[in-house]
Amino acid sequence: MKVFINKNEHELADGATLLDAIAAIEAKPPFAAAVNTQFVSKTQYGEHRLQSGDRIDIIFPVTGG
Amino acid sequence: MTMQTETTHDPLVLYGETFHSRLLLGTSRYPSPAVLEAAVRTARPAMLTASLRRQTAAPQESGNRFWELLKALNVPVLPNTAGCHSIQEAITTAQMAREVFETPWIKLELIGDDYTLQPDTLNLVEAAGWLIKNGFKVLPYCTEDLVLCQRLVDVGCQAVMPWAAPIGTGKGPINPYAMRVLRERLDVPMIVDAGLGRPSHACQVMEWGFDGVLLNTAVALAQEPVVMAGAFAAATQAGRDAWRSGTMAEQDAAQPSTPVLGTPFWHAK
Repeated sequence: MKVFINKNEHELADGATLLDAIAAIEAKPPFAAAVNTQFVSKTQYGEHRLQSGDRIDIIFPVTGG
Repeated sequence: MTMQTETTHDPLVLYGETFHSRLLLGTSRYPSPAVLEAAVRTARPAMLTASLRRQTAAPQESGNRFWELLKALNVPVLPNTAGCHSIQEAITTAQMAREVFETPWIKLELIGDDYTLQPDTLNLVEAAGWLIKNGFKVLPYCTEDLVLCQRLVDVGCQAVMPWAAPIGTGKGPINPYAMRVLRERLDVPMIVDAGLGRPSHACQVMEWGFDGVLLNTAVALAQEPVVMAGAFAAATQAGRDAWRSGTMAEQDAAQPSTPVLGTPFWHAK
């Protein structure tokens, strides 16, 4: 199925979880994730099943004002 | 004569937590991480602001370097929701920030206009209320509007952060009357956030009775950021000390400070 991770298109297996999406971009902690603008706790990554067309944001700490 | 360390006896208290400084410093736009680190060590701010972004070109390395620097500096982190344009975006970003930075503190930014970066004052209160109910310690970036600030307090904000001028402009307080009225009317800690360009701006708002300042660009884009960081720290404390000391009443007529009685010469009138 097709999903969007940080605006880039990715192909994941049907039934994939958020953990699979994180692995697809080789994200290393610290980071946090949201699916379709809803926060998903790190404790739920392995249980959160993705749907085709999901928009996944994986974001990292950066400088800020 | 011994000079008292004012911060020891007059700490900044936000949501019941005590901070040794009244300066909050941003971490963005410095010439290098080394300069940022030196500026922080010079200014010794109460908190450092940080943000969250998607991966970019050399993401993990730069992200991790900043993360390591934050840990090494050991200054409380105030994550922001910069760039959020909706209540949902702000809430989600705050939740992600809480998990990454392991802190309930959030600088709530909800932008209503991209040109001025003016806060979305109509949605800010609802976002703040939701975050407060869900355990966040919210420091809302807002305008100097008295009623807005009152509404933010009404939903549980124990401090507010009115702007002095639009972010990054360095103009200093552009609406002194409203800011002074706000200070007079609202009895919660207020940190002036955004628009300060010079240490004298920081000193000025502190003299008006504001409780702290938050700035970034004025230090980061100075020709000597480390020296400027120290200048802002000193100016912020000077303004605070001045406010606590009570300034003299201004008057039109000159009055000699040296006693007139016993002046040794005659003057023609």
